[in-house]
Amino acid sequence: MHFTLRVWRQKNAQDTGHFEIYDIDGVSPDASFLEMLDVLNEKLIKQGREPVAFDHDCREGICGSCGMFINGRAHGPLRNITTCRLYMRHFRDGETITIEPFRAKSFPVIKDLVVDRSALDKIVQAGGYISVNTGSSPDANSIPVPKPAADLAFTYAACIGCGACVAACKNASAMLFTAAKVAHFAMLPQGQPERRQRVKRMVAQMDKEGFGHCTNTGACAVECPAKIPLTAIAQLQRDFIWANLSPDPHAASSS
Amino acid sequence: MATTTSPTKGAWLHTTVGRKVLMAATGLFLITFLVVHLAGNLLLLRNDGGAAFNAYAEFMSTNPLIRVLEIGLFAGFVVHIYQGLYFIFTERRARPKGYTLNQASANSNIFSRTMRLSAVVVLVFLVVHLRHFFVEHRLLGTPLTMYESCKIAFENPYYSAFYVLSMVLLAFHLAHGFYSGFQTLGLVLNKRIERLLKWGAAGFAFLVPLGFAIIPMYFLLSKYL
Repeated sequence: MHFTLRVWRQKNAQDTGHFEIYDIDGVSPDASFLEMLDVLNEKLIKQGREPVAFDHDCREGICGSCGMFINGRAHGPLRNITTCRLYMRHFRDGETITIEPFRAKSFPVIKDLVVDRSALDKIVQAGGYISVNTGSSPDANSIPVPKPAADLAFTYAACIGCGACVAACKNASAMLFTAAKVAHFAMLPQGQPERRQRVKRMVAQMDKEGFGHCTNTGACAVECPAKIPLTAIAQLQRDFIWANLSPDPHAASSS
Repeated sequence: MATTTSPTKGAWLHTTVGRKVLMAATGLFLITFLVVHLAGNLLLLRNDGGAAFNAYAEFMSTNPLIRVLEIGLFAGFVVHIYQGLYFIFTERRARPKGYTLNQASANSNIFSRTMRLSAVVVLVFLVVHLRHFFVEHRLLGTPLTMYESCKIAFENPYYSAFYVLSMVLLAFHLAHGFYSGFQTLGLVLNKRIERLLKWGAAGFAFLVPLGFAIIPMYFLLSKYL
């Protein structure tokens, strides 16, 4: 297959950046999008030019590293998929493919298609955990968890932190990411003691990192490779309202 | 996780999520108002020379309980519009550099992406509408009855065209807003509720503005046909 690639090139965070056009021939329809970029880079290296920098790691859709904006969609033209699991057969032969980095104020470009997504880590650091001393693994079923709750917790825990939700959102909001973590712990008994603080702190951190506001367009859930549903956001909303409006029983007893 | 005391009461309403909650709560409240307003307006279609409608208008402008509710309604509008303007003026903050190519239609519907446009048109409509009816009757004390005011307005093709266009944009606004409000209050906790609400929103967003739009069209047609 033959493609014309329009790739965003940017030396570093300070550089203004620009598009460069590359022609690429003889691409296998079964090559993944990243493999196609590998072929392009080998060609560029042979010509003594700078290869295109892009994030990648596991290449099997579980690590969340490979984020890029392909033909106007986060992770390309398919729904709920990572870039590494997008194959060239999903494109028309001879098509021009526009490749840009994820764009958000909170995701500064490091180089070319690589962006700094540590703002997401900071949201998790603000409360996306439970405070317990780790030790040997607990006995199975020592804390009963109803099956539907366990299933939902698992659905929400599937987030791989790729940032596609932020990239796809018209407001560059990190709501789905934050909500996935909040909703995950909200389902489980282990998440209850810190439930109030968690949602407040994670929302505060999300705002502090400069992510936008959520307007429920649902674009995030369509592009999310882990298929985190919008119900996660409903759960966050519910917890956030409750944490701020209902009196905290623990705060009352300590005063 | 160390316990934190909330800095100041009400500070949560300044977070992005808090603002969204205010937007949703006032939006849903304004939706209930729309239904009441429509119920009253439909009296204009009665063939009684405006007797029923004028009685209703009289009741709405003199009943003390309605007076109190009117203050709430006004507050609802102020908060909803204020938050909306805040979003409009800060929308580019989180993404100063946009995409060169963006296929937003592939992952979201047009109603959710045009909330700002529909909001601005409905706001302009609201100003014109209040000037024409509220200011004229309640503040300036025009000798006309409410029915006569409506008749004059609706028999003007420009006013009616503007009215109908505004109702189309109101339909756009409701098509997303109705569902979005419930989602923001944390009530859409499963796919079934989501489907139900989206259908409900579609029906509501179609029927309510249509109900409003029928009235000026009726007046125009009765004048010219």
